[in-house]
Formats: sequence, C-alpha cells, structure tokens
Amino acid sequence: MSENIKKFMFVNTKAPYGTVYALESLEVVLISAAFDQDVSLAFCDDGVFQITDNQKTDGSGMKNFSAAYKALGDYDINKIYIEKESLEERGLTLDNLMKLTYEDEDDDWAEKDSIHLVTRAELADLMDKQDVTISS
Amino acid sequence: MATISVEGKDLEVDEEGYLVNLDDWFPEVATAMAVIDEVEMGDDHWDIINFLREYYEEYQIAPAVRVLTKAVAKKLGKEKGNSKYLYQLFPYGPGKQACKFAGLPKPTGCV
Amino acid sequence: MAKLHIVNKSPFERSSLDSCLSKSTEGSTILLIEDAVVGALKGTVVADKLTAAIANKNVCVLGSDLNTRGFTEAEILDGIKTVDYAGFVDLVAEHSNVQSWL
Repeated sequence: MSENIKKFMFVNTKAPYGTVYALESLEVVLISAAFDQDVSLAFCDDGVFQITDNQKTDGSGMKNFSAAYKALGDYDINKIYIEKESLEERGLTLDNLMKLTYEDEDDDWAEKDSIHLVTRAELADLMDKQDVTISS
Repeated sequence: MATISVEGKDLEVDEEGYLVNLDDWFPEVATAMAVIDEVEMGDDHWDIINFLREYYEEYQIAPAVRVLTKAVAKKLGKEKGNSKYLYQLFPYGPGKQACKFAGLPKPTGCV
Repeated sequence: MAKLHIVNKSPFERSSLDSCLSKSTEGSTILLIEDAVVGALKGTVVADKLTAAIANKNVCVLGSDLNTRGFTEAEILDGIKTVDYAGFVDLVAEHSNVQSWL
C-alpha cells in the first residue's frame, strides 16, 4: 500500500427512497472505489434501512437500487459496519439485511462476509480512526 | 432528442449515443452502434456485451472498468481479463463503448 | 368530522409522527406513507405509541411503500391496516379534511 492511501468512511444515516441521500451516497462510494483508497461503509440510524433484504419497488415505481450494494465486494469495498443499537431500536436483526460478501483474492477467492455488527461506541471509535468521514 | 434507427425502429439516444430507454435494446442495436463507431463485431465482443448485460441484470449498475476487467478474468480467463485485450475490442474504452453497445448507461465513475 | 392525517417522515429521525399522534383526535385516521411506513414495524422503539394510537384511531400504512423498503404486512403491528393506492384515494375521498405532517 502506498503512503498516499487514506482511510475513508462513508456513514449512512438516512432511509432510502424517501429522500435521495442513500442513492447519492452509493454513487459516490462506487466512484471513490476508482481511486484505490481504503474505503469502509457504516450504516446507522435510519441508514440501516438502506440494506434491508427483499426490497420490492414494483408497487411504488421507484428504481430499486438495493442490488448494487451486493456489487460492493467487486469494488473491493468489504468493510461494512452495522450499528447494533440502530437495528434494535427499529425491531430489526442482521437477518433482515441483505448478505453482503466479497471474494478474497489472497485466499483462493473464498467468499467472506463484509458485514460487521458493531456497537454505537465501537462505531464512534472507528469513525475517530478515519482520515476522511463522509456522512449523509 | 437524437435517435438511432435500427430495423425500422427509431430509438432515443442521449447526446453521447447511449440508449435513453434500457428496454429498447435488442442485439441488432449493438450491431448498428458498432457500425457507427467503425467496430467490427465478433464473438469476443459479444462475450463482453453479454457479460455486461448479465452484470446489469443482477446488480442494476454498469461495472467500472476495473471491476469489469477483474470479473472477465475470472469468468473468461486472464488472457481476456486485461485492459489491453478489452481496449483492442473496444477502442473507445471497454466501460464506455461496450456499455453503450450493450444498451446500458455509462458506468458510474467513468469520466 | 374525523380527519385524515398523513405522515411521511421516519419516526426515528423526525418528530412529525409524535406531533401527529398528540394532535389527532379519537376516531381520526392516520396514514403512514414513504419513510414513515417503518414506524408500523413490530418491536421498534415507537411501537408502544402506535399501539396506544390503534386503540382509538384508525392507523393505516401504504403497502407498496412498505414492500419498497423490504417489509411485508406480516411484519407490522397488529391492528394497523395495509392499504394500496386505491385505498389511499378512498381515504382522501372519505375525509373532507386532510392534514399532512411534513
């Protein structure tokens, strides 16, 4: 790794569809992957709703962009932190979320989990360790 | 609005030649776009175009070139999964040009 | 005349559901749409408030907005009715007074 690599964390706090924050943030994340930085994602507060499983938008006519989160592994974005308290406050568990995985090039392309459940305090620590934190 | 005429159908395209409506696509659209860009389409081109369409179907995004290259290497072998090979097939860029032929939007992050 | 209240913001982020619950009267109808639909889920920190409201108000949720966010009717609190777009229109037509809590 070159010394020019910085730690970027995108912190997602808004529900999808009702506002455009989630979609815009996802696009920035995908673009950022082109710059070979150390990128991680966090989902807290209503942001956890961005990656719920089984999103079906036929009835509302919205563009379903949830499948794109499953491509994050292809973009070498494989550190995804979910805040435990945010799930609990919303009556959710990890089972309500999509499985997000990546294939580890250094381990014969073994499929590994990208999602890490962290507490609010742990997420605060992780955010402190970043060079750049982009919140939406 | 600009259009491209394929088999008697006038299909809307944007200022860069990408289809406006993804559902308008059928294989002859790719052939017609290739004629305009002076690319002679062969099986190798179709492998990439079909791959892109499958990727879009699954993830609803057009992959960045880096992602495309890696995925092609995995699926079709290292001799095809490198940018030199992909640029030979699509001289204006495997992301931009192949996505256009495939009827997809320009890849996110492609400038 | 009973009123139709429409809430479209997430109760975990904004206070509009609280405002609506505190100012809607007995017999009125509360419809949750867009980001507000997640307030209808079971086991959340707002579930008790909604359960209290169901006792004397008619609480509804727009089904297609629920499905968009990855949830189904089975996951919402008992006593909350799911409506489709036609049902939404009916509710508006049935009430002479509609208030949107933005």
